[in-house]
Order: sequence, then C-alpha cells, then structure tokens
Amino acid sequence: MIHQVIKVENLSKRYQIGELGTGNLSWDIERWVAKLRRKPDPFLKIEESIGLVSKNKNDTIWSLKEVSFDLFQGDIVGVIGKNGAGKSTLLKILSKVTSPTKGKISGIGRVASLLEVGTGFHPELTGRENIFLNGAILGMRNKEIKKKFDEIVDFSGIGKYIDTPVKRYSSGMYVRLAFAVAAHLDCEILIIDEVLSVGDIEFQKKCLSKLGDVNKEQGKTILFVSHNMNSIRMLCNKGLILEKGQLTYFGDVQNAIHKYTSSIFSQNISKKYLSFLSNECSYLQLQNVVINNQQSGVICLNDGNNSLNFILEGILSIEKNMSFEFILYDKDLMPLLFYSPGHYEGRVKKYPAGAFSIIENIDLPKNINRGEYTASFYLTEPDIKYHIKYDFAVTINIDGFPTKTGQVFDYNNGKGFLFIP
Amino acid sequence: MQDNFEWSIENKSTALSTKLKEVWMHRDLLRLMVKKDFITFYKQTLLGPLWYFIQPLFTTLIFMFIFGKIGGFKTDGIPRPVFYMSGIILWNYFADCVTKTATVFKDNADLFGKVYFPRIILPISIVISNLVKFSIQFIFLIIIIGYYVFFHKEHVGINYFIILFPFLILVMAILGLGIGLIISAMTTKYRDLSFLITFGVQILMYTTTVAYPLSSVDKSIQWIVELNPMTSVIETFRYAFLGQATFQWIDLMYSFSFSIFMLSIGVFVFNKVERNFIDTI
Repeated sequence: MIHQVIKVENLSKRYQIGELGTGNLSWDIERWVAKLRRKPDPFLKIEESIGLVSKNKNDTIWSLKEVSFDLFQGDIVGVIGKNGAGKSTLLKILSKVTSPTKGKISGIGRVASLLEVGTGFHPELTGRENIFLNGAILGMRNKEIKKKFDEIVDFSGIGKYIDTPVKRYSSGMYVRLAFAVAAHLDCEILIIDEVLSVGDIEFQKKCLSKLGDVNKEQGKTILFVSHNMNSIRMLCNKGLILEKGQLTYFGDVQNAIHKYTSSIFSQNISKKYLSFLSNECSYLQLQNVVINNQQSGVICLNDGNNSLNFILEGILSIEKNMSFEFILYDKDLMPLLFYSPGHYEGRVKKYPAGAFSIIENIDLPKNINRGEYTASFYLTEPDIKYHIKYDFAVTINIDGFPTKTGQVFDYNNGKGFLFIP
Repeated sequence: MQDNFEWSIENKSTALSTKLKEVWMHRDLLRLMVKKDFITFYKQTLLGPLWYFIQPLFTTLIFMFIFGKIGGFKTDGIPRPVFYMSGIILWNYFADCVTKTATVFKDNADLFGKVYFPRIILPISIVISNLVKFSIQFIFLIIIIGYYVFFHKEHVGINYFIILFPFLILVMAILGLGIGLIISAMTTKYRDLSFLITFGVQILMYTTTVAYPLSSVDKSIQWIVELNPMTSVIETFRYAFLGQATFQWIDLMYSFSFSIFMLSIGVFVFNKVERNFIDTI
C-alpha cells in the first residue's frame, strides 16, 4: 500500500518588512530616550507620526497563505510559480531552515534538502574531504558516506581529481561533485531547488534520470522546484502551482504546466517588459526595455519580416562584461531557439560603470510557422554569470510563413516550428 | 493515520531533549567540522600560524612596558614575560571562543539559509577548533618557561595542581560558549552589537588578572576582580604551573557554576532564535 509521507496543513509564513525594532541597538536606545523625554519617535516618518499613513498597513507580507496538501510515497512533485510566489519559502520550511508562522507539517522519514548545490563546500579541502563534509552537512552518517563513496565518485566523473582541492575545480566539476553527493543521500524525501540550472546539458540529463531512478528504485518522494517546464515534465508526475503564496493547483503535472503557462501568456500582455525582471542584481539596473518600438504588449511579426529590435538602457555600478542572450519558447515553455552573439562570435563587450545602452537586432528565420510564442532575454557574461534575467517577458505572435500556394501552417497544429521551403 | 507521523514542523521551539538527541545524531558533522578547521589551518600560508606567536609575544612586550615599567605592578615574583603570557594565552582562548561564537549566525548565514542541522554544532566546533591555537600558544609558553628555568635559573613551582588543567580548559570553553551564544542570539536582533563585542571583551580583560596578580589588587576592590569568572581560572593556572598565585577552591567552583549558568541561558536563547533568524538576516 502506498502510504502518506507528508501532510501539510494550513501552512502560512509571514515576513516582517518594517522591523519591530529598528534592528539597530543605538537607534533603539535613541528611540527609547526620545520616548522618555516625550519627544516624537525620531525614526518615524512625518506622515506616520501625524497619522496620515497607518503604520501597520503594509509592514508584513504573507509569503505563504493557508497552503495544504498531502504527499504520498513515490510522488515527484514539481513546484511551479513565478518568482516571489512562495516556492522557496515552502521548501525552506519543509527543510527546516525557517519555521512557519502558522500551520503544521507532519511527515515520515528523513528529509534531505538541496536548496543549493555545494552548500558547505570548502575550497581548500579536497574532493574526497568535501564529500564527507558535505554529506554530513546534509545529514548523512559517516559510515553511510563511506559505503557510497565509490558510487559518488563514479557518478560525478571527477575520477583522479578526487584528491585535488576543489578550489582548482571548474565550476562544472564542482556542481557535478556536489550533485553526486546529494543524489546519493539516504533519505525518504528529497527537496531540490533549481539545482539543475547549472552544469552542462549532458550532466543535467544524467541528473534527471538519476533522480527518476532513485524514485523508482527506492520509492523516494521528491519535491522539485524549477523554472524549466521541460525538466518538470520529464521528472514529475504531479505539479503544484503557487501564486502569491497560495496554492492554486495541485494535481497532474501536465495540467499544472498547462495552467501555469497559459497564465504566463495572459499576464504578459499588459505589463511593461521592464517589470519582468526575475532575479536580483545589485550592480545592474535596467531602466528601459524597448522591443520593436514597444515598451509593453504583444509583439506581432508579420509579412515574413521576423526581425526583432531590442533596446536595453540601464545603469551599471561597476564595470562588467556583458553580452545579450535571447531564447524563444512555445506555449508549453519548450525552448525552440537560442540567440547568443557572446557564444557565436565572442561578442562580449566590457561596459564601464555608468549608464549604458545595448541595441540588438535579431533576425529570426523567415520560415517559422504561425503561432504564439514567448521569449526570455538575458544580459550575461557567457558561461560565467547571468547578470539579469527576464524570463518569459514578452509574448511574440508570428504570422507564419506563406507558402507559394498561399497556405500558412500552424505550430500548434502539429506542423512543427519551421517550414522548409 | 495522524499518529503514524514521525516528525512535525510547527511554530514552536524544539524541546531541548530532542535537540540534544539531534546533536548526538550529527556527531559526525561536529567531528568533520573540527577536522575541516584543522586542515584549513594546516594549509594556511606561513604568516597565519606565525601570527599565533607574534600576537601574544607583542602583547606581552606591551604589558611589560606599560604595567611593568610604567605602572610598576608586581607579578608575585614570577618572571614578567611568563606571567603576562600565561594570562594572555588563557584570555585569548576565552576571547576567541566568545567573539567567534557571537558572530556565528552572521558568518554562516549562507550555510544556515540552505540546510538544516542543529545550529549549535557550529559553536561547539568553534570552541574545539580554537584549542589548536591555544595548544600552540601553550607550547610556546612552556618553551619560554623552560628558557627561564635553564638559562636564568629561575625557580618555577610547578605542582600537582596541573591535573586541574583540563578542568580549567573546560571552564573556559563552557564560559566562552555560553557568553558567545547569548551575544549571538542578541546580534540577530541588534546587528550593531557585533561592533561592541571586541570592545566589551577588551574591557573584561582589564577586570581580570591578565596583567596584574590578584594579590596586588587593593582589598576593597578585590571582589570586583574576583567576580570575573576568568580570574580564578587564570590564578589557578598560574598557581599550578608557576607556583605563585591566589588559589582558592571556592573561587574556582564559583567560576564553574557561573559558566554552567551562562551556558544554560546561552543554549536556551540560542534555541529560541535559531528557528527564525534566517528571516531577519
């Protein structure tokens, strides 16, 4: 009999934005002295002190609100949602990194969480030493690691470099080793957050199939957060959608992906492209995004003129190498096309601190079939770091490739992405 | 069904007994954390370990000048360098335990934000790892004592009380850990408190017998110095290894009880803040 392994009941998490104290001892003392002297609070804004703005109005947010669901043994659940929807909070509570404000989670079996690969890796230690340390941090006993050591090394493909300090590893090797440790964790419930977004494609596939195997062989329950709908489709059998902290769907993975992607398409239309920033970047701020002379709305490409013109204007606070990347997806968020001058011709420019503007012209193939597509664009230092990410920021309608007979084919009708003349 | 669940996560602190069981479960992690500190120490450049000698040496020289030459404090007849250095290395160990434990949340925010393990493992590993530096400095002290014995024919009254040495280390470790834990819990609320730690530790140093013997303190204010739980530790150490100091069982027992008391409070408040500190950092 398949038994229940996790029961989540009314899980809520509140974050304080304006802190209770000032978070600063000297300020708190000043405030206290002011109170003694019956002076107004020196750190209260004027509007607040005369009661124009209610102080408690907006200083808490519910990152999770009344979330309840049950997981059974062998479930592989893809947690889907936009940034800030509460996915990470949910995983953090499940992995005991932080505690819920309300509600309860009960469960059976060991939980191991992989919120970031290589947590606790120490650069001075060798691969071997790090396997043991990382394993212990993730909750493994020493003898368990010993038993699985060869398997881990084998899986990572690190081979003879196992006794080299990891500071000399390439980032790919680093990730592979870290994932190898995690994949061999002895646990009943595994929590994974975006781990697969790094590492080469080959290894990503290996990881996905390893996770699948782990699930089949040992009946592990897996919770998996990713923005990559393909990984979720390949790996998961259930999908869980979070929207503004609330659970909006829990069930079959195909339905979940469909529901999520269609919500992306419908919201794209009114908001400015600029507002789709999906990561945080301390040194780079975009101030204007113009695509084909539009700041928002659907981009329509017709008459066989499939060219896109991007203008990105922003400010850098430090010097950075930057290059532009563009990915086109279909309605299921399956990536179809990749544009990256930084990879193709090594066009990576060094931008000094200060204002910059980047203009990119992309000529998409003329023979793309008709359909509704979405696109992400990034400013990146190729293979090193993404500076800013705009995931699914723009909806692109392509009118399709007119054949000589006048017929136009539809992507969604199963005629594929390109029509070869 | 409900009754079959093995664990639950709720908005309340875990009972201390469960915590202790968890720590025991994670004993391998504790061992590996200490081992990591050993290895990274070993792999340091020369300057790191060299600093372990330079720091107490220079402090000793400064003390010899200020307290010895200018202040004219007596040292119970113990050669000045040996007297000061014995106080300094003991104090260093205690101070390191306090300061490093106090910033444990800040220093490990990254790790704590990603994985769960009983947080107290880290402070405990700090206290153990600090013993490396302490042992090195202790050996250095022994060498200097040896120098005075052989070359200056000084009399050093080393005696059976040295069997108390492990106990002294234990008291310092417990005390440092306890105070450090309390401060670490407070720094999660008041971040600027961490700037005061070094300052506070320095002040505490002058209220104990690092730079002067207890016997030279005026009787009317001796109680202040004796109130500092490190005083009896340092005095006992000097009595055991150098034969000259004010040693009283009652003082030592006071220090021990005080340490245990601080540790209890420390563990209690640490346990309270560790659940949610990651939200505030």
